[in-house]
Amino acid sequence: MEFKDTQAIYLQIADYICEQVLLNKWPPEERIPSVRELAVALEVNPNTVMRTCELLQQQEIIQNKRGIGYFISPDAVKKIREYKKEAFINNELPSFFRNLYLLGITLDELKPHFEKFKKSKFNGHEN
Amino acid sequence: MINIQSLTFSYRKNKPLFQNLNLRLEAGHVYGLLGKNGAGKSTLLKQIAGLIFPDQGFCEVNGHISAKRQPSFLQDIFLVPEEFYLPGIKVQTYVSIYAPFYPNFDHNTFFAYLKEFNIPDGQNLTEMSYGQKKKVLISFALATNTKVLIMDEPTNGLDIPSKSQFRKLIASALSDDKCIIISTHQVRDLDNLIDSIVIIDNHQIVFKEDVQTVTDKLSFKTVNRLEDIGTVLFADSSIKGHHVITPNNGYDHSKVDMELLFNAVLTNQKPIQEIFN
Repeated sequence: MEFKDTQAIYLQIADYICEQVLLNKWPPEERIPSVRELAVALEVNPNTVMRTCELLQQQEIIQNKRGIGYFISPDAVKKIREYKKEAFINNELPSFFRNLYLLGITLDELKPHFEKFKKSKFNGHEN
Repeated sequence: MINIQSLTFSYRKNKPLFQNLNLRLEAGHVYGLLGKNGAGKSTLLKQIAGLIFPDQGFCEVNGHISAKRQPSFLQDIFLVPEEFYLPGIKVQTYVSIYAPFYPNFDHNTFFAYLKEFNIPDGQNLTEMSYGQKKKVLISFALATNTKVLIMDEPTNGLDIPSKSQFRKLIASALSDDKCIIISTHQVRDLDNLIDSIVIIDNHQIVFKEDVQTVTDKLSFKTVNRLEDIGTVLFADSSIKGHHVITPNNGYDHSKVDMELLFNAVLTNQKPIQEIFN
């Protein structure tokens, strides 16, 4: 995994784990690699991976079963979407809105663009 | 785990290297010791390991005064120096002579590490390149399983693939009861492994914070115009833009740029220290 310079490592690892879940590589209710295994594979400090796991546990994306390890929550996919949606609204939307405002674009004006985008990318179906 | 109190030391009279230096290090962390050339990084590491003695003050490791060099202290600490000498014997012979000093030495992991580094174990140590010798010493150091592991510029002389192997070894070696101290100028080789930053300058420890606290209190970013942002604690400007450190408003989760932080602490110490106090 290549880390970017722009975001804290523990969040990049969280994104990596979420991606594994969304791609169904790590299915719900399965055990994920241990903190140490992840730290070695990603070449990072185990304390950083611990912080990632605490965050994902707080978001109810993974569950800690004492003495066994971390497991993907049954409804992890739903939780990840909620979490990502919130992050999108908090982080990316403000600068997007700023551009709309500066350029005087209304939301109604955007609708056809979005419909076109959905058609070309996803054939009208979500995902 | 390591407690250094009022350490004063000089190699030559009237030229103090450390003056009343205090430092506490805990188990379960990888400390990155940063400092300019000649700031005293290697000397501090040698003080901890009991290789040189304080003029005043003391270094204490797990309840042992380093300078007393008691066997129970020496068997639980290992230092990989930057410059070292290995005798002209085979790897196996080396292990059979030196491993008995370390009660927790693990032969299996030692030979597994050598294999990972592609070092043939039947080879004579003097026939090896600097980098290969270093790999032998690093493998030995990790296999000793000492509570304190000190490495002075460990990635110097390692080729590109071995740096990645080295990071994997350190990630797997850290445990709750171990304290790993690494001094380095090659911050980018190790910045994801270091969880606490210690900066030594001007006879003192001038900065000691864990990376998590640094991320919480400071933001690291690149901007085009300095005028667009508020308080700037430090800026490194180039044609690509300004790399800046600003106080964190609490919403940023940027990655710590250790080189930038190091330069900032050395040039603009007070405002940065104030943020952490």
